Amino acid sequence: MQLVGSDLVCVRGGRPVFSGLGFAVATGQALVVSGPNGAGKTSLLRMIAGLLRLEAGRIDLRGGASELTTAEQAHFLGHQDALKSALTVTENLQFWTRYLGAGGVGAALDAVGLGGLAELPAGYLSAGQRRRLSVARLLAIKRPIWLLDEPTAALDVSGQGRLAELMHKHLAGGGMIVAATHGPLGIDADKELRLGL
Amino acid sequence: MDALAAVFIRDMRIATRIGGGALMGVLFFLAVVILLPFAIGPDLALLRRIGPAILWIGALLASLLALDRLFAADHEDGSLDLILLGRSPLELVIIAKALSHWLTTGLPLVLVSPVLGLFLNLEPVAIGAVMLTLLIGTPALTFIGVIGAALAVMLRRGGLLLPVLVLPLTIPVLIFGVSAANAAVVGPVPFATPLAILGALTLMSLVVGPVAAAAALRQGSE
Repeated sequence: MQLVGSDLVCVRGGRPVFSGLGFAVATGQALVVSGPNGAGKTSLLRMIAGLLRLEAGRIDLRGGASELTTAEQAHFLGHQDALKSALTVTENLQFWTRYLGAGGVGAALDAVGLGGLAELPAGYLSAGQRRRLSVARLLAIKRPIWLLDEPTAALDVSGQGRLAELMHKHLAGGGMIVAATHGPLGIDADKELRLGL
Repeated sequence: MDALAAVFIRDMRIATRIGGGALMGVLFFLAVVILLPFAIGPDLALLRRIGPAILWIGALLASLLALDRLFAADHEDGSLDLILLGRSPLELVIIAKALSHWLTTGLPLVLVSPVLGLFLNLEPVAIGAVMLTLLIGTPALTFIGVIGAALAVMLRRGGLLLPVLVLPLTIPVLIFGVSAANAAVVGPVPFATPLAILGALTLMSLVVGPVAAAAALRQGSE
């Protein structure tokens, strides 16, 4: 399976952000997108997820389960956590697993180190714990494409290590990752895309 | 189907746990109904005649009160992005959300309307008729309101814009809701005629509202 983007043009608020952009990621590969603030890293990820209209160009998924769109096979981990403060940690994750697909909630929470907080309302979580809970969503529901926007933000050292380990496992299991980041991710980038140069 | 049930259950849980939504609407309804007799004066015969209209206007305003948070909350915390990544049609997700919204804010209004009807000196027949028309008509208000709620997502201070956008669209519901309630008491039109049109309006809004709201949300997600 291969995710290919070509001749992508991004315009935000009438202002060109990037144009003529292309990339290709195959199964088991990670693409790291870097660049200064405002270079269009998040916009590129949102384009792949189908959340942002393409001004020009196209993004194709070649050789995947054909009846599903790219967005339906992708996980998007953005700046926002998509968590409801009034619901417990388990209920939050349970909602997304039921809505987006099917998966085991308990094992995913253990994998990100939140197993002990399962019954706590999500409103009491710290920023790093909220991020871990978002990562648990990627584990609970199997989708081949991970779109990660600054995945290490707010995570502590052990959290970053755990995330690197999980990304390795995902790649080894035939997944692909497109990550926008400023710092080191802890995985070897097979490909790198520098924006805004 | 499981995904839609999950959306419905989540919204019900949040609404019942945070609370406020249902109580707020009911208190607002109460405030409107109590305020109007002060403005009109203690004319019991007049109140009895315009009572159904007062109840309907109160319910209409109260049902719009909590609507602006319906999608805005999901937009702010990023849930809306993930909802768009799901495999369920957005229109059906909106119906699930609107249904849970109606059960937690619209239905309480219907249930308190008989008590408020007593304040307005309504006869038992009129109270029953108003309650029935509200039961049939308030879902239409919610399903029309989701259009405004979806448009409000894109705009800052959309909460203020929502009533301005939605109120003109609710006029037919108001007309046939009140005329059905009046027909039950004074005639001369049989009760069933305006009630059938009210039911048709509700069914129509059930289809048009979610489709329009989904289009607005897809545009707004950018």
